[in-house]
Amino acid sequence: MFHFCAMAPSTEQRVLHAPMKVEFDYTRSLGPVLSAFMSALKQHSVLGGVLADGRVVVPPPEYDPVTHAAVTELVPVSDVGTVLSWSWVADPVSQQPLEVPFAFAQVLLDGADAPLLHAVSVPSASDMATGMRVRVKWAEEPTGTIRDIAFFEAAGDDASDGSASMEFGAPEVTGIVSPVHLAYDYAASPEETKFFRGLAEGKLFGQRCPVCEKVYIPPRGACPVDGVPTAEEIELPDRGTLTTFCVVNVPFQGQTIPIPYVSAYVLLDGADIAFLHLILDIDAADVRMGMRVEAVWKPRDEWTTSLDNIKYFRPTGEPDADYDTYKHHL
Amino acid sequence: MRDVAVVGFAQRQMKELDGSPTCLEILVPILADLYEQTGWTKSDIGFWCSGSSDYLAGRSFSFVSAVDAIGTLPPVMESHVEMDAAWAMYEAWIKIQTGEVDSALVYGFGKSSAGILRRILALQLDPYTAQPLWPDTVSLAGIQAREGLEKGLWDEAAMASVVARSMSDAASNEWAIRRGATSVDQVLAQPLYADPLRRWDCAPVSDGAAGIVIAAGDKALQARQRPAWISGFEHRIEPIALNARSLVTSTSTAAAGAAAGVDGVDLAELHAPFSHQELILRSALGLADDVRINPSGGALTANPMFSAGLNRIGEAAKAIWAGESDKALAHATSGPVLQQNMVVTMAASIKEDS
Ligand SMILES: [Zn+2]
Repeated sequence: MFHFCAMAPSTEQRVLHAPMKVEFDYTRSLGPVLSAFMSALKQHSVLGGVLADGRVVVPPPEYDPVTHAAVTELVPVSDVGTVLSWSWVADPVSQQPLEVPFAFAQVLLDGADAPLLHAVSVPSASDMATGMRVRVKWAEEPTGTIRDIAFFEAAGDDASDGSASMEFGAPEVTGIVSPVHLAYDYAASPEETKFFRGLAEGKLFGQRCPVCEKVYIPPRGACPVDGVPTAEEIELPDRGTLTTFCVVNVPFQGQTIPIPYVSAYVLLDGADIAFLHLILDIDAADVRMGMRVEAVWKPRDEWTTSLDNIKYFRPTGEPDADYDTYKHHL
Repeated sequence: MRDVAVVGFAQRQMKELDGSPTCLEILVPILADLYEQTGWTKSDIGFWCSGSSDYLAGRSFSFVSAVDAIGTLPPVMESHVEMDAAWAMYEAWIKIQTGEVDSALVYGFGKSSAGILRRILALQLDPYTAQPLWPDTVSLAGIQAREGLEKGLWDEAAMASVVARSMSDAASNEWAIRRGATSVDQVLAQPLYADPLRRWDCAPVSDGAAGIVIAAGDKALQARQRPAWISGFEHRIEPIALNARSLVTSTSTAAAGAAAGVDGVDLAELHAPFSHQELILRSALGLADDVRINPSGGALTANPMFSAGLNRIGEAAKAIWAGESDKALAHATSGPVLQQNMVVTMAASIKEDS
């Protein structure tokens, strides 16, 4: 799922900036080792994998790092362990195990020979120490993921080993879902900024390549043919020629225009690259290549730094353009 | 093996690029610099390879927009790695070794300031048992640093001396973000940021781009009188599971260094985004005490993602071009807490080669 916001005008900065969120879930299937590990976590038990040299490793690797043989033996280890090393997280970031300051630590669970990386919840860095004993705090809602261990907390000296034991049936958990939420400050290039700011004033700015003299709209910073900066600015008219088009007959989610309607490439007069826009005020059956069109703008008080300021293009009524005038732009 | 040399290098670094995540606006002048240095045009370049990441840009196929900087008519032979551009250079070097091309231009770019870098980099971890916890880069480095501190492998003063030397050396590097004469005491006076790390122990979040031109034999000599001839080029990787390797040593760096050959090296540019990581790398490479380390200031003073490793190669090559080094080593790292490491050695003369 992708969310884009319209570019907000900004006077302090050289280019336009807008917040952008990218969000998606990774759905991952699990092999036999991690299925068993996650299934056990869901039942509040931690399993380690037994390697060829007899060492017990948590989380269990799927293959022995030395012999490369599949790991097949899993054994329960304690939910109590010892901190081997740690780092203080004074300023947690989104989706970490705790929203308040905590420690990330390598925790060697009793019965294991290699540490597990996880969070330890203590009030401050001065409450953390290498060698301290910590115990799993289980999540309230089991999910069959590593997040079933909500975090570790100080276990105190009198903590029993609490060695877990359980019956292993067919693994219940065979996949995990990892939600990813990313947030960016998205910046337009200087050329795009010029283009979007022009739109807010009802103007269409392109740029000309100094080598091949082609005019690009929207401007793109460098001519993709010659690799040189497209420095010269060109203001283009809001009318041009429809080069090619398609008739949309299939309804889709979020559709706002009644079908059938026409989506078309419009080559503005003086431009060398066409851009996609909507064609209205004409029956879809009458739209044709070479048709002359002009922009229909929204009311001026609704203009923003967006190409949406142009509601659509409509026929001008002029005679159709000669095929030769646009054949190189198809 | 064909003799291949580094003949061009250009870079741009800044705290925050006020521009698009494709970094096109800094790539275009970088390519112009490289053409000027070599006296070449686009048609002299046989192969193009870039390093960048869509996770950093927040958009898919961001490297495709960056290709606009090249100009692709007639079509060019082009490739991309989702890694530091040092690995793009490795691919280009292999391409030249095949005999298919004689020259290549490699570049890397990234706008780290567009998101929260230490968080985004959690996406490179094991996706089943580590990434869902969002362990950030600084925390992982902190765990690594503390283990070394508490085992007596290094101390705070050693870390601080790396910081002080780097920032002092960076004073003369126009592209460094954190620079100026700095003493060990000044470093130690800083408060802890991510206990046990101070802010200056961690590379600054940096935006930037860089490009390098490499060429074989006579083509290299055409571009530069004293090219930096590549005498060793090796990389090695360790397991992604953080508990399957020692974090306080770097066996992959040691293996790459041994394979590339570090004998006779008088200067080393090491890609260590955290101060204690330089100590790990120096030990893994077994560098002699008189080897000059990171005269550019290194990654601790500017660490643009996807070009900071390439910058190390470029800085080392520059020292050879200038006659300040006869044999230089450059190192690049990729992945969490020094998971993957590359060593390149370059020499002013090719007589020792094959
Ligand atoms: Zn052009």
